[in-house]
Amino acid sequence: MATLTVPATVPSPTEDSEQLRKAFEGWGTNEALIISILAHRNASQRRLIRETYARIYGEMLLKSLNDEISGDFERAVILWTLDPAERDAMLANEAVRNWKQGNRALIEIACSRTSTELFAVRQAYHALFKRSLEEDVAAHTTGSFRKLLVPLVSSYRYEGPEVNMKLAKSEAKILHEKISDKAYDHEDLIRILTTRSKAQLIATLNQFNNEFGSAFNKNLKSDPKDEFLASLRAAVRCFSCPERYFAKVARVAIEGLGTDENALTRVITTRAEVDLQLIKEAYMKRTSVPLDRAVAGDTSGDYERMLIALLGA
Amino acid sequence: MATDEQLALTRALSGDGGLGVEESTLVSIIGKWRKKPEHISSFRKSFNRLFSITGHIEKCEDDHMQKLVIEFSRFHQITVLWAMHPHERDARWANQVIHKNHPSSILVEIASTRSAEELLGARKAYQTLFHHSLEEDVAYQVKDSKSKLLVGLVSAYRYEGQKVDNDVAKSEAKAIHNALKTAGANKIIENDEVVRILTTRSKPHLKAVFKYYKELHGKYLEEDLSGDALLQQTVLCLDSPASYFSQVINSAFKEGANHAETEGLSRVMVSRSDVDIEEIKEAYAKLYGAKLADVISKKTHGYFRDSLLSLAGEARA
Repeated sequence: MATLTVPATVPSPTEDSEQLRKAFEGWGTNEALIISILAHRNASQRRLIRETYARIYGEMLLKSLNDEISGDFERAVILWTLDPAERDAMLANEAVRNWKQGNRALIEIACSRTSTELFAVRQAYHALFKRSLEEDVAAHTTGSFRKLLVPLVSSYRYEGPEVNMKLAKSEAKILHEKISDKAYDHEDLIRILTTRSKAQLIATLNQFNNEFGSAFNKNLKSDPKDEFLASLRAAVRCFSCPERYFAKVARVAIEGLGTDENALTRVITTRAEVDLQLIKEAYMKRTSVPLDRAVAGDTSGDYERMLIALLGA
Repeated sequence: MATDEQLALTRALSGDGGLGVEESTLVSIIGKWRKKPEHISSFRKSFNRLFSITGHIEKCEDDHMQKLVIEFSRFHQITVLWAMHPHERDARWANQVIHKNHPSSILVEIASTRSAEELLGARKAYQTLFHHSLEEDVAYQVKDSKSKLLVGLVSAYRYEGQKVDNDVAKSEAKAIHNALKTAGANKIIENDEVVRILTTRSKPHLKAVFKYYKELHGKYLEEDLSGDALLQQTVLCLDSPASYFSQVINSAFKEGANHAETEGLSRVMVSRSDVDIEEIKEAYAKLYGAKLADVISKKTHGYFRDSLLSLAGEARA
């Protein structure tokens, strides 16, 4: 369930555009006004505002935002304002250009979006960056990560609920064999995780648990520092229990010294229209602290106000 | 008179001398020999490929009957294929490679010669028809060294614009050359860099890579790939689909062409008629020194021949 709140009567895109323009004019910027409008419009409303703003003022709304605001607040507002497909394409491009093995953005996009949404991301990527997503991922990653990530972002999984139990049993066996041999990037393991439908995968993982006494992910913890194993676990959690996965990303971003603003922004802006409510519940269950309170305690200023607005507070 | 017609009937029913059957000849002979059972009886006695004397009758031979079914149904097959949605066609052909052991070259053809949107359409149609994704079935069924290349090719959603980074293209041409030198020729199909470049880069980019390859190393990449037919085909499909399709058409007409090769003729003509049949005709003339329309008129019969000529945008013979 989403946390986005939209007013009962929504002003026309023209009124919204005029108000936003007012927020930019003169000395300084009216950040509160920006938040009060953009953080309370859904994707199609935001798209209409962008089209109307460009038509009236001859300038892209995103460019005006880029000129007027800055820092973590700017990043949150811009990511939020984009269409979900463009947003994911930008996050993917960022991840690819500054590739680090612990980066989860590509895995999240490939595993927690639907097949149609992932394909829309690939189309948006073409339009924005004049290359295909898979060619950039392939060119910037190496070794086991490339073996995993290229098929992951190229997948167009079947979305139906049909499950073949015999196949689930035999593929659970294959998974078990490969991880017992520590062949974590074996092509059969990769094939199963990156091509099977989500329903089929969940059945396979359940069979794994039944047959071998412990969950698949528990068997991928042999080396806590191994980033590839962590990526495999993240992929599995993204398609089987996305709310708990994202709650953990938020928790890790907030806990400890300092805050990982990029990760926090990513979770909140990409899930506010999807399942941020469920993520909040999972977060509360795990930490006994409401996510809004944790975010308020760890961030400040306009950035904090933007996140809190998207959290539905 | 009877002998001429016997010859014509023999030709029509023998399955030799070309593909398809001459329906109009058969119909006219049926008319001419009405109430003349001695003509058809003497034909049966003389045509021992289809009939063999068993007991008091000339029995029909099963094997030859099968062959006849194929020849008579070429027109049927091409019509149904023509009527189908292009995405369903591609999905069904792909499924035949995976589940009916048709040659993998068909999968490479579909994945490399269709546009990015057409390939996506084929993948969607595949899901609708077969309740699996195309890549999951390919990955599961193809367990040998071809797997990396094939899965990569069917999963691609290549950028379709013209923008090319020439420095990257040059360095990738060098990378392919190095991979060819260091790997043994039979392992090259599994080489990560070669597969990455061929299965993810855009077609304009790849054309530039192939061009730089020739400039830097003196030989065409296809020549250097002669040890691996599938890779060679992939490069040809990506670089010059019209030449590739001309080759498929030509194999269908050669002596002793097998069933898969003759089916290739129907597949290419139906799938390219609305796309690039003009370029294919040009490429065919250049490669084989003959007009495609002439070869079709000589080597095919009846409604099958007429439908091929129509698909090629030619007037009927």
